[in-house]
Amino acid sequence: MLKTFPKGGIHPSENKITSAKPIKRLPLPKVVYVPISQHIGIPAEIVVDRKDKVEIGQVIAKSGGYVSSNIHSPVAGTVTKLDKIVDTRGYKKQCIVIRSDVKNESNFQENEYPLKEEISLQQEEILKRISEYGIVGLGGATFPSHVKLQVKKDKLLDCLIVNGVECEPFLTADHRLMLEKGKEILVGIRILMYALQIDRAIIGIENNKKDAIDLFRSLTSGASGIQIAALQVKYPQGGEKQLIRALLKREVPKNGLPMDVGVVVHNVGTVFAIYQAIQHNRPLMERVVTVTGKKLNDPSNFWVKIGTPVKDLLDAVGGVPEDTRKIVSGGPMMGKALKNTDVPVTKGTSGILVISEDEASRGEPKNCIRCGECVDVCPMGLEPHLLMNLSEKGMYEKAIEEDILTCIECGSCSYVCPSHRPLLDYIRFGKSIGKQLESNK
Amino acid sequence: MSDQTIIVSSSPHVHSERTSEKLMYDVVIALLPVFLVSLYVFGINALIATFTAIISCLLFEYLIQKFLLKTKTTITDGSALITGILLAFNLPAGIPVWMIVVGSLVAIGIGKLSFGGLGFNIFNPALVGRVFLLVSFPVQMTLWPVPIENNTTLVDAVTGATTLGLIKEGVQFGQSMSEISTQIPSTADMFMGLTSGSIGEMSALALLIGGIFLIGRKVISWHIPVTVLATMAVVTGVFWMADPEYYANPLIHVLSGGAILGAFYMATDLVTSPVTKKGMVIFAIGIGVITVVIRLFGSYPEGISFAILIMNAFVPLINRYFKPRRFGSRIKAKIV
Repeated sequence: MLKTFPKGGIHPSENKITSAKPIKRLPLPKVVYVPISQHIGIPAEIVVDRKDKVEIGQVIAKSGGYVSSNIHSPVAGTVTKLDKIVDTRGYKKQCIVIRSDVKNESNFQENEYPLKEEISLQQEEILKRISEYGIVGLGGATFPSHVKLQVKKDKLLDCLIVNGVECEPFLTADHRLMLEKGKEILVGIRILMYALQIDRAIIGIENNKKDAIDLFRSLTSGASGIQIAALQVKYPQGGEKQLIRALLKREVPKNGLPMDVGVVVHNVGTVFAIYQAIQHNRPLMERVVTVTGKKLNDPSNFWVKIGTPVKDLLDAVGGVPEDTRKIVSGGPMMGKALKNTDVPVTKGTSGILVISEDEASRGEPKNCIRCGECVDVCPMGLEPHLLMNLSEKGMYEKAIEEDILTCIECGSCSYVCPSHRPLLDYIRFGKSIGKQLESNK
Repeated sequence: MSDQTIIVSSSPHVHSERTSEKLMYDVVIALLPVFLVSLYVFGINALIATFTAIISCLLFEYLIQKFLLKTKTTITDGSALITGILLAFNLPAGIPVWMIVVGSLVAIGIGKLSFGGLGFNIFNPALVGRVFLLVSFPVQMTLWPVPIENNTTLVDAVTGATTLGLIKEGVQFGQSMSEISTQIPSTADMFMGLTSGSIGEMSALALLIGGIFLIGRKVISWHIPVTVLATMAVVTGVFWMADPEYYANPLIHVLSGGAILGAFYMATDLVTSPVTKKGMVIFAIGIGVITVVIRLFGSYPEGISFAILIMNAFVPLINRYFKPRRFGSRIKAKIV
């Protein structure tokens, strides 16, 4: 029996059309637009000025506080502007514009290093470096990694979970990374286990990535401490709480953190970034991005430098077809539709999905027929139809009582609703007002 | 992309193929076998009654929405169609056509649109229409034509009593169950549908085929029908075991009257049944118990229509008290 979480979840068409495509290197972007707020928390503070020459990997914005992160130059070049650019959410955000120096060799250095297994840094140094090298959660939430590794004294930690679930349809960035950098990821896991002083780790992978499961099983055979768990394919299993429930049968309490049940979860991409930082002195400057869509000429996986405009990625797959109606940053379930293609890739960009005319529209919303589908699929045990109603009517206090704030915004309710009701749209709205109400208390 | 506009909307960007129309038309398909049996058993009368009910339901919905409420008409969503079919299936064949029209007006006008239309109605519209007719025209509503098999003359010339009617009458006249059992149809006839009764309630076989189709298509879940029938079987079983000469056996109760039609097609109406599985079970137990109480101790021989309507009224309450368990609400986290 494959493991999974018991309550809720859906299984949309997987559409992993790029899973057999090795990760290619995107050509050097002429200009990169590096936002100073690519993580959850306080934005970084810019420490360069216009016309400054910067080296690859140089800190260009310094962490603005505890929950924040350094930002490093992804290219060698010249700062041309400190400007504002529309981000994935449509808001204008401060960013550093750097023109790449096409003559500088470091810009073309392949990021292929021989595997280095021996860990020479001490625990303190590892944590310090993860913090300094701008590592944030690459699964999408972009939570600064060093904060997750700072275990409070009263918490008992016994397991590291490595998230290789990639439950979003279409995306294959983590899948390819596991196949191509499996050994490095295992070293990364050992680094984390050492830093956290724990002797148990589980890599959770959904069963539609059998090759990755087999690879890790063969790499870890005989080695103790690291378990590989095959999971039933079910969205949203990549959600931290669902994954912990699926693998360990532990339920993170309401308003609690994984730490409360003795667990720390890191995405495989983050683990690889940590490997690079600790073993090869590479700060986080690039990531794997899946550029995909049913009608693209050559959907692919790329190593992309942070700050590369989405436009460049779309050009690399042969441009977008005529009937394109939506361009999404991320997967189809939780990704954000972009306003334009000048938006840069950030640390949290796992994919770019191109959606055509026939898939982009949704049906007319109709009356709720109380079929209860949304209640059945909600992985948090909520009643989406009720929450939408309360939010629509402005009954936010009541919505808080009905646990609207615990919604993880996975979108399963909106996906299944046979009346095409904008459930998640209203729940998000109610949730944001509910949060304000709570913080005013 | 050219200069065409692009859509910026919030996630999710994909949606399942299921629509409420598809759910409704699945119910219509599920009712086809029952309809065919009714044609075989009652002939042209079943056809007339069913089509009258369908056409009047659709027409009343259209007219009321267009001229009275002045809203968009929703007659294509399949819901009024189902109300029409189910209303007809709950009537005796051969009932005067004008009564069917009145029943349809009550079902659609009062049962559904007065509450705000599909999704807002508290009671099952078809049952509202049916019960209105039953209390207004008790004679015509219990004039049961004898099925074609046992009938050599014109179909609507001979009337008989339903199984439950025979039992009720027999018990009142002090007959014992072994005497009554010689007068009622065999369980095999009841299973196939060769008995007296409403147009669509007779063939357990045809009803089960459609019901299994609906469960397979995930239009309904098994919780309500199975719990209703199991509750009825258990409660009647207790009485039967206590005094088998006074009470009919559970098999007769489950196979006769509107039990299966009600359990699979009326109690499962999405709008008027609870949202969670826990709630569904509570709701269905209520229906089963009330049905049996009416059958055994009430003045009507059959009670499932009333039972469903009574439990419909409790659905908002059930939804409030039987909520899904919230993730993370377990008091103590388990650390292995």
